[in-house]
Amino acid sequence: MRSKKEAWLSFLLVLPTILAIGIFVYGFILWTMRVSISQWTGLLPDYTFVGFENYIYLFSTARFQIDITNTLIFTAVFMTGAIGLGFFLAVLLDQGLKGEAFFRSLFLFPMAISYIVTGVVWRWLMNPAQGDRISGFNLLFHNLGLDFLINRWHTTPGWGIAFIAIPAIWQLSGYTMALYLAGLRAIPDQLREAARVDGATEWQIMRYVILPLLKPVTLSAVIIIGHMSLKVFDLIVAVAGKQLALDVPAINMWQTTFDGYYFGVGAAIGVLLLLSVALLIIPYIIYTQKGEANQ
Amino acid sequence: MPSKKLSWLILALVLVFSMVLAACGPAATEETTTEVTTGETTGEEAVVPADYTGTVEVFSWWTGGGEAAGLEAMIAVFNTAYPNIEFVNSAVAGGAGTNARAVLATRLQASDPPDSWQGHAGQELIGTYVAAGQIEPLNFLYEQNGWLDVMPATLIPLISLDGNIYSVPVNIHRANVMWYNPTVLSDAGIDPASLTTIDAFIAALQTLRDGGMESPLAMGEQWTAMHLMETVFLATLGPDAYNGLWDGTTDWAGAEVTAAIENYATILGYVNSDASALTWQDASQLVTNGDAAFNVMGDWAEGYFKELGLSPDNGTDFGWMPVPGTQGSFQFLSDSFVLAVGAPDRDAAIAWLTTCGSREGQDAFNPVKGSIPARSDGDVSLYDTYLQSAMADWAADTIVGSLTHGVVANDSWKTLINDALGVYLTDTTAVEAFQTSLVTACQSAGPCQ
Amino acid sequence: MNSRFAYRRKNWLYIPLIMAAVFYLIPLYLMLATGFKGFEEINLRTMWALPHGLHLDNFIEAYTVLSPYLLNSLNMVFPAAIISSVLGSINGYLLSKWKFKGADTIFLLILFGMFIPYQSILIPLVEFMTRIGLYGSLPGLVLTHVVYGLPITTLTFRNYYSGISNELLEAAKVDGAGMLRIYWSILLPISIPSFVVVLIWQFTQAWNDFLFAVVLTSSRSWPITVALNNMAGSQIIAWNVQMAGSLITALPTLIVYIFLGRYFLRGMMAGALKE
Repeated sequence: MRSKKEAWLSFLLVLPTILAIGIFVYGFILWTMRVSISQWTGLLPDYTFVGFENYIYLFSTARFQIDITNTLIFTAVFMTGAIGLGFFLAVLLDQGLKGEAFFRSLFLFPMAISYIVTGVVWRWLMNPAQGDRISGFNLLFHNLGLDFLINRWHTTPGWGIAFIAIPAIWQLSGYTMALYLAGLRAIPDQLREAARVDGATEWQIMRYVILPLLKPVTLSAVIIIGHMSLKVFDLIVAVAGKQLALDVPAINMWQTTFDGYYFGVGAAIGVLLLLSVALLIIPYIIYTQKGEANQ
Repeated sequence: MPSKKLSWLILALVLVFSMVLAACGPAATEETTTEVTTGETTGEEAVVPADYTGTVEVFSWWTGGGEAAGLEAMIAVFNTAYPNIEFVNSAVAGGAGTNARAVLATRLQASDPPDSWQGHAGQELIGTYVAAGQIEPLNFLYEQNGWLDVMPATLIPLISLDGNIYSVPVNIHRANVMWYNPTVLSDAGIDPASLTTIDAFIAALQTLRDGGMESPLAMGEQWTAMHLMETVFLATLGPDAYNGLWDGTTDWAGAEVTAAIENYATILGYVNSDASALTWQDASQLVTNGDAAFNVMGDWAEGYFKELGLSPDNGTDFGWMPVPGTQGSFQFLSDSFVLAVGAPDRDAAIAWLTTCGSREGQDAFNPVKGSIPARSDGDVSLYDTYLQSAMADWAADTIVGSLTHGVVANDSWKTLINDALGVYLTDTTAVEAFQTSLVTACQSAGPCQ
Repeated sequence: MNSRFAYRRKNWLYIPLIMAAVFYLIPLYLMLATGFKGFEEINLRTMWALPHGLHLDNFIEAYTVLSPYLLNSLNMVFPAAIISSVLGSINGYLLSKWKFKGADTIFLLILFGMFIPYQSILIPLVEFMTRIGLYGSLPGLVLTHVVYGLPITTLTFRNYYSGISNELLEAAKVDGAGMLRIYWSILLPISIPSFVVVLIWQFTQAWNDFLFAVVLTSSRSWPITVALNNMAGSQIIAWNVQMAGSLITALPTLIVYIFLGRYFLRGMMAGALKE
């Protein structure tokens, strides 16, 4: 099927990417790994080997344990919300309604806004004060008679981080919507027509025709949202500042490295963050690739 | 079809190449050649001629509002004194310089320093940059400009190491200030002048709570909790024992510190429950809104109140006092500039520093910024009511340094304290565990054994 | 003949759509309202209130501060987005339709590049850029965005192309077309939805990026995000001007979304497949 020449050409065309990634990704990762097993503290590089001391230290700190819990909660809520809402909106917009262009742009717009301002607006919206100083969404709920919805938002002890997923979903579900919309638009009408002619209901068409065809899109969405979720930093700092209850590894890494100058420990957090993303996403990719091969 | 072997070979080459790259990591600073630009000044000479031509790149985080305006005013003084030196303003915003310092760290690692940068005077500068040999001692500058006569004697040791002074302080902010709402206090029958001890303060808080104000003390996110903590520590320990915390003479595990933490715990009980959701501005605004009676915050809060349209002169918009128990102590922080080792244009940097330490420069910057000059000979008439009282206190009080704002503890130590505080805030009854972690912090990154 | 949704059933779909729109609009309302307020009006107590009079000076001030850097951003973002999208398209095409041995592994290795936490590689990045002489300038930033954009653009296109049946390519090969010709004549025209999605992402990422921008450029070549962050100030933040600035900064991106949105057309594949 493929000639030798074309296979070589294919490889050569991909080579620049391989080289660039080799330097910018793997070269730098190797540097980070090297620092993570060193005792470098302060602004003078110090590559003295200390084994896995930094990693052991990290897991012994209360802060890092909170980081892990928060990441798991945030990722679960964010991924479900962004992908679910994005898919739902894409299906809605695929119905050929009037004003589709307006809604599409509206849902995409939040992604264009800087995280600083997004953070502050949601900080105000999610203000947990009740009683005299009630404001934000709580005030809105109160005025609408929906008092049962009033809550402490992201200051809820233990799992307040789940609420931070709301501005994240607000910001990024427009993009998953765009992904799914592109995917839906690429499914030819004939397939749906044929299924309808065969007597399938719309739900059945969705489940047996459309969803399987959207698997690659879901793959993209999971990877994109997933890795952003694990690396989230700016949004949390903008909404809630740097505080322990809402700490995540990326904030920990920043403070450890650039505020405390603990470069070794900071690099260890970076490596662990990288590993966590890889562990989450690579099995999913391999599973999907196997599915591809079976087609 | 390239054989599998060949694909892997090329991959391996790429990996090896990247490993080599990784091995040649950022050069240790010792290998940097310290090029002292030849010019009119070398080493000990500090007088840069007024017609000197050059460029000075200055890093800071003064980019908005009064800060930027103050900086512009000082740059104007600089341009008048040295019209041929181009000023490159590389200011990058971020609370307490978090972004600017990160960018600075990457540049220092790449051996490409700016000429001068802003930093909080004290251990934040000394513990980081002096230890890495990246800033020069400035004793020659002080001597030639006679600054030792106009800067308070208690300030100089706090910004020096082994007799070497490392920065030029431009301004002074006070950390141990408590802002209050005069109407709220008078309605509750509390006389502000009576709040001179922690116990009196706690009693007043209770009175306010009994009168219906659930959270009379306003606080914001975690760093403001550390700010509150350091003032409570100062109030409980007194200036001498407080200073002893930072040079190892006060025992972190001792009873005094336990008492301080317990005071802190009691006071935290009167703080608004949504503190972690508020910025410092929101928290200070609670006082002026009448939703809280007190707020402990540095005197940049006064600048904020004035921008809201309030005035320090009418006695009804807001009032201020030293944090109860800290009368007679001035807990300071200072923005200052340093001289980089290997500065691309050392003479231009020295010219800039000369302006920073000059009376004209400081009197141009500070009234606009909302702080007081580090020099004791500032023109009092340029400053507003609050700042004038601060200047009087600065001249008369015992001077101690702030923890939150980088004077007394280096950044690594402060980060450990911050982590311990974060854990403590989730359960303020865990006094012993908090004290233990503070002891550990001092042993890891401070002078404790 | 073609059955469609009955028109009368379609209107109830507006209900969830409008509910979703409200969710998106509430924060936008706050941003707009605050952008028009004076500084003294910014108070948690009055956050929902409409501004007392429209402070256009916020927008004017924001525009004055930001416009010098607008050109920097434009000069950086367009090349970055376009180059990384095109390269991603080519990579995706080759890695899904012209797989050489080890292509799948190489794809995984490229993809991995998306996962690195960017804060942890700032130091070697600056070091490398200094060594190749691109530090402090926009081309260096463009290069960085292109390289770190390659994983996601490659991923998106590879997935998109792998969903395209091989029959299409077989037919072309039978007609005598080679690898590049197939890409140019057949795949590229039907790639438009994927290009739209990828360009939207790359444009947004490069436009809104702050971390690389602040670390890799000098004050003369700052993109607009650094100026926007600076406008906030470090200590006392003027949110009204900041919101005005953010809305102004978001406009070019919004224009791109609207422009690219026209390409979300149904039936791009019409006629390409036989049932």
